[in-house]
Amino acid sequence: MVQQTEIVGESIGQPRSERTQETAAADQRGRLRSTPGFYRRAWRRLRRDKVAMVSLGICVFILLFAFGAPVVSQITGHSYERGDLRSNLLAPGSDSYLLGTDASGRDILTRLAYGGRISLMVAWLSALVALAVGGTVGSVAGYYGGFIDSVLMRFVDMIIAIPGITLLLLLSTLWRPGPVGLALVIASLGWTGIARLVRGEVLSLKNRDYVDAARVVGASNSRIIFRHIFPNVLSLIIVWISLAIPGLIIAEASLSYLGFGVRIPIPSWGNMLDEAKEFYRASWTYVFIPGLAIYITALAFNLLGNGLRDALDPRLND
Amino acid sequence: MARYLLRRIILMVPLMLGISFIVYALLNLVPGSPTDQFEFSSNFTPADRERIRENLGLNDPWYTRYFIWLSNVFQGDLGNSFVNYTPVLQRLKDTLPNTLLLTGTSLVFALLLSIPIGIWSAVKRNSFFDRSTTILSVAFYSIPSVWLGLMLLILFGVKFQEWGLPSLPIGGTQTLRGESGFWDRVQHLILPAFTLGIIQLAGWTRYIRSSMLDVIRQDFIRTAQAKGLRQRAVLMGHAFRNALLPLMTLVGLTLPDLFGGAVITEEVFSWNGVGRLTINSLIQNDYSVAMAAIMMLAFLTVVGNLLADVMYGVLDPRVRLG
Repeated sequence: MVQQTEIVGESIGQPRSERTQETAAADQRGRLRSTPGFYRRAWRRLRRDKVAMVSLGICVFILLFAFGAPVVSQITGHSYERGDLRSNLLAPGSDSYLLGTDASGRDILTRLAYGGRISLMVAWLSALVALAVGGTVGSVAGYYGGFIDSVLMRFVDMIIAIPGITLLLLLSTLWRPGPVGLALVIASLGWTGIARLVRGEVLSLKNRDYVDAARVVGASNSRIIFRHIFPNVLSLIIVWISLAIPGLIIAEASLSYLGFGVRIPIPSWGNMLDEAKEFYRASWTYVFIPGLAIYITALAFNLLGNGLRDALDPRLND
Repeated sequence: MARYLLRRIILMVPLMLGISFIVYALLNLVPGSPTDQFEFSSNFTPADRERIRENLGLNDPWYTRYFIWLSNVFQGDLGNSFVNYTPVLQRLKDTLPNTLLLTGTSLVFALLLSIPIGIWSAVKRNSFFDRSTTILSVAFYSIPSVWLGLMLLILFGVKFQEWGLPSLPIGGTQTLRGESGFWDRVQHLILPAFTLGIIQLAGWTRYIRSSMLDVIRQDFIRTAQAKGLRQRAVLMGHAFRNALLPLMTLVGLTLPDLFGGAVITEEVFSWNGVGRLTINSLIQNDYSVAMAAIMMLAFLTVVGNLLADVMYGVLDPRVRLG
């Protein structure tokens, strides 16, 4: 889970410290006019990146498929919770079951949509919570420095040193969580990566001339953080979210697979995999399909994240 | 160097204490108790359960128990399993070698392959080899290891057998009955080690490629080429040594993922290691075993990080450890 964030760290940890004159000026202009210029140009760069655009298309499709689960259910004509035991473990393409049926005779396609809804919701929610916590810790540590910085960062070091999955298992045992609880559990460990990134970024931003200028004019700390530093950390955050989602989806899947995730009646991709593993001899597609959904989603978000990083960091495009 | 090492080892103590405190607190806030297993048993009256709780010391507040646990650990006593009363130390001795074998093999596998592949794709930048490596490494980097493990198991363990091809065992560390020689253990190791190693392999390959590309552009490489050294000498003697440095840090940083991944891989392949021990003991509310197993994994990670830092200092004379 920490993997993805490390990759972000190595390549966009310090982009702005070495900005060219031109882009620095663009930032400046952008901020004054509440940033249309910078993001419009980033979008133009992103549109030229075929891999990123295809990934973006896939991401949008997956989100529509998952959050339109009731529509999928109407189209397939099957519900996610009721199945016909007489037609269990059917291969894909038999009868009206496009992707086959599971061990209880439920339509896998419909369950995939509902499962995706839970999996994606857990991943996004935990990304946002992790962002809120990590962003706050990181900017406080970076901005105030000194004692606060060392205390917070030693705490981060400590959490990073524990293999995340063991703490996740512990916390899910503790809470027996539903989807929201699970997202909080995953976020409670996922915030360390973004905290480090934001801290590094804030450290390099806080000594800029325009921050000094704001301080001279008499801006308060919170105004400087939110008005002057935050907009400059935003692109880092966008890239982080895109690259963190795969890890978070896989974390949900792994926890659910191990039996510590979302409880059974609500499908998620992870516990579909968990249910399927018992029947791996009888129907390999039953195992293959939910995992493939996780994989495609993770891959698409990773590729999109790489594209976003290139588009938002013009230094790399020179 | 010796002083640096000593200081780092001393610093490990508060770190491990902090971790153990957090983990112990969490474990003991978990609802459920080791005596739950007797809840519906007619052989145990509520009074019996109470007596067992008293004997196990479960009626003390958790922080008292933490300090008792801690002082026992310093005396080399990890306690007994709450569920089957075997010494925890024995359980660790049974599982730790398996975990080290699995993680060690996949680490070596990932390093041995990622270094040459990464170097070669940097040297042959934009070649067919480089492009396919890049695509493959992105593809493998995103793969969920739970799923990869299951699919490999189905393909090589089940389908190959159905098709009459030589197949691999579907789980465990060795064949329980009959022959269990060296080759048998290797066969059991292949799939889990591959599953665990492939993600690191993919990540490291990309990393080595980019750090090689950085190094190749630098002046001292041009100097080496200009004075007429052979390509191989420039690559291995000059470029590779410098590209290796950031890899050491990365390997250190990936260790938590490696041991975390081992938890999942061990479960998928019924590999009798510390990760599987953790999961089973958590399911059974077996606190003493869970505590020891989690601390073991954390300890391995911390020691691994230390080794990575020390290696970094040894390899890079610019880093002054002290």
